[in-house]
Amino acid sequence: MAEQPAGGVAADAEHKRAIRAFLVRELDDDSLRDDEDIFEAGYVNSLFAMELVTFIEGTFDMTIDNEDLELENFSSVERIAALVESKAGALSPR
Amino acid sequence: MIGADHERRQAAFREFAEQEIAPNAATFDRTGAVHPDVVSSLAKQGWLGGAISSEYGGQGWDNLTYGLLCAELGRACSSTRSLLTVHSMVAHTIERWGTADQKARWLPSLATGEAIAAFCLTEPETGSDAKSVKAAIDVHGDVCRVTAAKRWTTFGLLADVVLVIGRAGDAPAAILVETDTPGVTRRPVEGLLGLRAAMVGDIDMQACEVPAANLVGKPGFGFSHVASTTLDHGRFSVAWGCVGAAEGCLDASLDHAATRHQFGAPLASHQLVRRLLSDMLTGVRSARLLSQSAADMRDRKAVGALAETMMAKYHASQVFARTASDAVQIHGAVGCTPDHPVERHYRDAKIMQIIEGSDEMQQLTICEFGLKDRRAQRGRP
Repeated sequence: MAEQPAGGVAADAEHKRAIRAFLVRELDDDSLRDDEDIFEAGYVNSLFAMELVTFIEGTFDMTIDNEDLELENFSSVERIAALVESKAGALSPR
Repeated sequence: MIGADHERRQAAFREFAEQEIAPNAATFDRTGAVHPDVVSSLAKQGWLGGAISSEYGGQGWDNLTYGLLCAELGRACSSTRSLLTVHSMVAHTIERWGTADQKARWLPSLATGEAIAAFCLTEPETGSDAKSVKAAIDVHGDVCRVTAAKRWTTFGLLADVVLVIGRAGDAPAAILVETDTPGVTRRPVEGLLGLRAAMVGDIDMQACEVPAANLVGKPGFGFSHVASTTLDHGRFSVAWGCVGAAEGCLDASLDHAATRHQFGAPLASHQLVRRLLSDMLTGVRSARLLSQSAADMRDRKAVGALAETMMAKYHASQVFARTASDAVQIHGAVGCTPDHPVERHYRDAKIMQIIEGSDEMQQLTICEFGLKDRRAQRGRP
């Protein structure tokens, strides 16, 4: 069970940190900016796409659904954090 | 890990497979079809819905339970296990990426076995390079027109609905097509090396009109998310099927080596046979443990579950191929005769190294996970 949120702004920052750490590890790019479009940068393949879904679901205790499958939802640290926020409010990472 | 509940279920799976499937597997292989009574029995047990949530009438099993069923069916007959594999691949994908309407429409009938599903990916010019599929899924408002030439569809001759991977314009797309749709034609693929009872079919679709509501996932996500989910589930199932089939080969070899005498002593007393048996035991044990690890990671939605599943499928299919080959070697001439289980396993094993991603595709991919993990462990500058 995920912990209760520490607060909206703090939770958002925490989500972004977790997402950025995952993307930096997956994409091997320390300079990745929160607003950088990872698709335009040419990073994405099907293995990454699957691992990203697993990461989001496992870390934030939520399910990515059919209606979430919009490219922009997964295009940057900020967009992924916004998706997480919209689906789960302010759940903290595990 | 395996607990009492898992052991109880595994025992039930084995009893069913030994009574209903194993005695008939050679006949299935010879006649080119799993008997409809076995399909009905699997359905009656509710096992065709093992991978489907109870919300939709399935069993809602964890990954280990599903894997154990795959193993026990695989031990008896890889073709029968393949039915569970392809059916569950599509059911799981619908549950994962389907719309609420698609789930409500298809999952209850797939869970009971009232409807059987299969997966259409391969084409005459598209195998491992799956992103190059040419099947056209042309969207015209509420209708899609599907034109495709799909090859080697496992249980394609039996399926009531198939998940077709193609392109909507330039976008990879996936769509459910009922096989009684006008324009769908099916032909049996005969004389295959292995999986001869898997009712493999070539399926052509000529401008088949299908509701656009049958699109699974939005165009653009047909390969990265939909087909990848289907294949990942298939690799997990094939891994466990290989574990069970390899164990069947191992047990037959242990029995034969203990009872067959040559040069005045059991085969098992001869050093070179002992070497074969030891390698078989070690391979089978490692494949089972790796498959169990994959099941655990999948249940936990752990990052790395995808890689673990790939490794499990890659390793288990290689172990099955080696074990089946060694089993034939230990059995000698009797292992080369039609109707002997190790002869059938030997032929089926080769197929496992090709389907749901060939060994070579796994070899190209698995190391990438290791490089990534090691990079993370080293830390970043």
